[in-house]
Amino acid sequence: MTRILPPGTQELLAPDPLLVPPGSRTPGRISQRGPLRREGPAKLTGLAKYTDDLVFPGAWYGATIRSTEPRATLLGLDQDDAFDWTQVVVVTATDIPGDNVVSLIRDDQPILVPVGGEIRHQAEPLCLIAAADRETLRAAKRHLKVRTERLPAVFDPLASTEEFSHLEVRRGDLEAGFAQAELVVEGTYRVGHQEQLYIENQAMIAIPQADGGVTVHGSCQCPYYIHRALKRSLQLSDAQAVVIQAETGGGFGGKEEYPSMIALHAALLARKVGKAVRMIYDRHEDLSATTKRHPAVIHHRTGVMRDGTLVAQEIDVVMDGGAYCTLTPVVLSRGVLHAGGPYRCPNVRIAGRSMATNTPPNGAFRGFGAPQTEFAAEMQVNRIAEALDISPLELRRRWAYREGDTTPTGQVLRESVAAIEVLDAAAEASDFARHSAQTRHAREARQSGARLASGIGIAMGWHGAGFTGSGEVHIAGVASVELTDDGMIRVLSAQTEMGQGTKTIFPQLVAEELGLEPDAVENAPQDTSIVPDSGPTVASRTAMVVGGLIIKAARRLRAQVESVTDRPFVDSYREFALEHGALRVDEHFEPYPNVDFDDATYTGDAYPAFGWACAVARVDVDLDTGEVTVRDVVSADDAGRIIHPVLAEGQVEGGTLQAVGYATIEEIKLVDGRYLNDRLATYLIPTSLDAPRIEAILVEKPFSGAPHGAKGIGELPMDVGAPAVVAAIHDATGVWIHDLPATPERILAAMTGAPARGSPGVSAPAPKRGAG
Amino acid sequence: MSYRFFVNGDPVEVEVPGMRRLLDVLREDLALTGTKEGCGEGECGACSVLLDGAVVDSCLVPVCQVDGTSVRTVEGLGSEDELNDLQAAFLATGGAQCGICTPGMLMAAEAFIASGAPAGDEAIREAIAGNLCRCTGYTKIVEAIAQAAERRRAAGTGDL
Repeated sequence: MTRILPPGTQELLAPDPLLVPPGSRTPGRISQRGPLRREGPAKLTGLAKYTDDLVFPGAWYGATIRSTEPRATLLGLDQDDAFDWTQVVVVTATDIPGDNVVSLIRDDQPILVPVGGEIRHQAEPLCLIAAADRETLRAAKRHLKVRTERLPAVFDPLASTEEFSHLEVRRGDLEAGFAQAELVVEGTYRVGHQEQLYIENQAMIAIPQADGGVTVHGSCQCPYYIHRALKRSLQLSDAQAVVIQAETGGGFGGKEEYPSMIALHAALLARKVGKAVRMIYDRHEDLSATTKRHPAVIHHRTGVMRDGTLVAQEIDVVMDGGAYCTLTPVVLSRGVLHAGGPYRCPNVRIAGRSMATNTPPNGAFRGFGAPQTEFAAEMQVNRIAEALDISPLELRRRWAYREGDTTPTGQVLRESVAAIEVLDAAAEASDFARHSAQTRHAREARQSGARLASGIGIAMGWHGAGFTGSGEVHIAGVASVELTDDGMIRVLSAQTEMGQGTKTIFPQLVAEELGLEPDAVENAPQDTSIVPDSGPTVASRTAMVVGGLIIKAARRLRAQVESVTDRPFVDSYREFALEHGALRVDEHFEPYPNVDFDDATYTGDAYPAFGWACAVARVDVDLDTGEVTVRDVVSADDAGRIIHPVLAEGQVEGGTLQAVGYATIEEIKLVDGRYLNDRLATYLIPTSLDAPRIEAILVEKPFSGAPHGAKGIGELPMDVGAPAVVAAIHDATGVWIHDLPATPERILAAMTGAPARGSPGVSAPAPKRGAG
Repeated sequence: MSYRFFVNGDPVEVEVPGMRRLLDVLREDLALTGTKEGCGEGECGACSVLLDGAVVDSCLVPVCQVDGTSVRTVEGLGSEDELNDLQAAFLATGGAQCGICTPGMLMAAEAFIASGAPAGDEAIREAIAGNLCRCTGYTKIVEAIAQAAERRRAAGTGDL
């Protein structure tokens, strides 16, 4: 059963039945469902237009020539005389009118490596080719020779001397804390790359315009990132650069920043060809070249008392940024701010650094640094519980934040803290205590030679909603609600729909304020020539931050109309439009009250509010092969007021399965800085048969800073699934797997005491060539 | 070469090389873009269509093998205004999120329901094991298929 707790509920309902037994149907859903998915019928009939479905007659096809070395000097791009180059168009770095950088945080990543410049990773874009048909394009690619001189490469972030960023968070007196501790537990945890694996590959189409500008249609999360990148590198005005989001087949962070690169490539080609150019990646190119979740090495040293009191946490986080900065400092920052877990500790030091390596740049992926550090934090809690012989559930109940507690940055958690509620909800729904006693008994009674073992594991987490620190203030998002002159209501924002439900909840929120049915409210298209910049669709900020803006805009619209008509909005808005014409209200972001962060010292309110989550996983482990079957996962998540239960459950279920994949099978192997498993046949994600039965429990602790009380939900479940699965593997086998994913090889190695081979995410060197 | 077959009940004739992928014939020659390409090598199932009732990855089927057959795609199910019961179940349960796997998933589900096999959780998961979804965790997709199968069973119509 999935339950919703009314705001302020302290007592949980009676415990529900056990986890969903294998073979049974997923249990019933709550009745309050929210409106149907707005663009659902178009998606269900094949009418929804994704980028590759858009037809531009006469469009050419574009391709990217990429590096095949991890580090080298680019000496030349030689066009083979055997090919007729008049039938194609080639673009190199010299064709870029403005800055040769993909505009983001630091200006280090070129759009195309210039001749004489340095190639810094495998699959780096060197030049572009377009042709009228695919055959000619393929032939041209074969006849373009890249000349390079190889340079030494660095693959291990721990060996790198080039740092993108570092930061430190301190609270209390760490030395005194450790001096007081009766037990000190240390651990090093390592996680590798993870691919977002949206099922729609990256895709952009650019159309040159008569005014010298360019219009780009594409699959993306952040149209205004692309808009800024185009303006800067193509030297365009605001109006000359137009970015229009096509239907987007999944993002998960993978379409936050990389689409700017592809849009720049398509636009450069389109302007030189003088025709529309399609840049549609195939899966192999997408896997080889686009960003992944950051690998990380996280070291914990924790001081506790024998009675289980937590007295000191010292944590070091090293992230591998890859060859260019992209969003790495922000990912590191979120990782560090979540690294202690949702636990009260008086003496803390968390230090983080992000390093450059000669591997493709890493970037945004659901959770944005937190799944890495929270995996380590939860591993540490579970190991300490074992060392103290205290139930991991009980230890968390003692440590978990309550309202009034202070985080390592000095943030006082004044409200909307649901750590205990999610812990209890997940523990009860999964019957954690009973199953835990059973698996422990089975483990102790197990005969040698037994083949199968079952285990149960628990983990909890927190996730800051919205941008880190003063991020929202810097973004200064604007969103609008408009009464059009023909009497329609429409929402104007840059928030993209990529499956999570923006197009459904925005009309729902506005309709509620105006007293209308959701169908009476339209979404303006995510087109930079039409909608204002309400900020990127990232960081679990859409529902909370921009949802709050449009509610305020709707309230003002209603008040303005009613002040003129002197009648209820619902009865008078159409008349108002006929008489007075259109009325649009722009709402600008205002800082949340009492939320203050100092970027220089890393102190204060790191996030306006946190979401809270707890997962319980049950696994079966084959003790002969090390193979893991994740049977079921309960995930209890608090995202403040739930706007749309069906969509919210969908976020929890999907995020949980991505976390299960992260825990068990999703791994990228590298040789010479190149991803080896860069095809869908070799990079595996869970199928319907691999997927556990997932039960989503929605817990509601509203956030008063948002008019609707909502916090973010998209990333939250991703933080807790993986450590819960690894704890369950431990419960079954008795061994701790410190490195993700917990593959059969790692599990068998741990069970036999064999040393772990290689570090997740660190490339093997180039294979030695034998003489002759 | 010229090939003749049926698409969603309508006869079609295409003049294309025999090794052209059915996926490209559908999307580019017949302008039926509801069928999607996710990987181009038969791993993801986004391009699933029914070929004489059997689920195939249209990225792996050369058009020469389609001659004389009957192909069904997502465009052959219900329309936006009149979704069929399977599409309606996906909409009601939240079985479609980003939507890119949805057309292929629907076709695999249609074949499963038409087979008349009992629509238990395991059987449904087996039937869609060739169709990857990254958004839903499959929970609501399985729920939608079970609902639609039950409705058709109750109505006594396995197929549409």
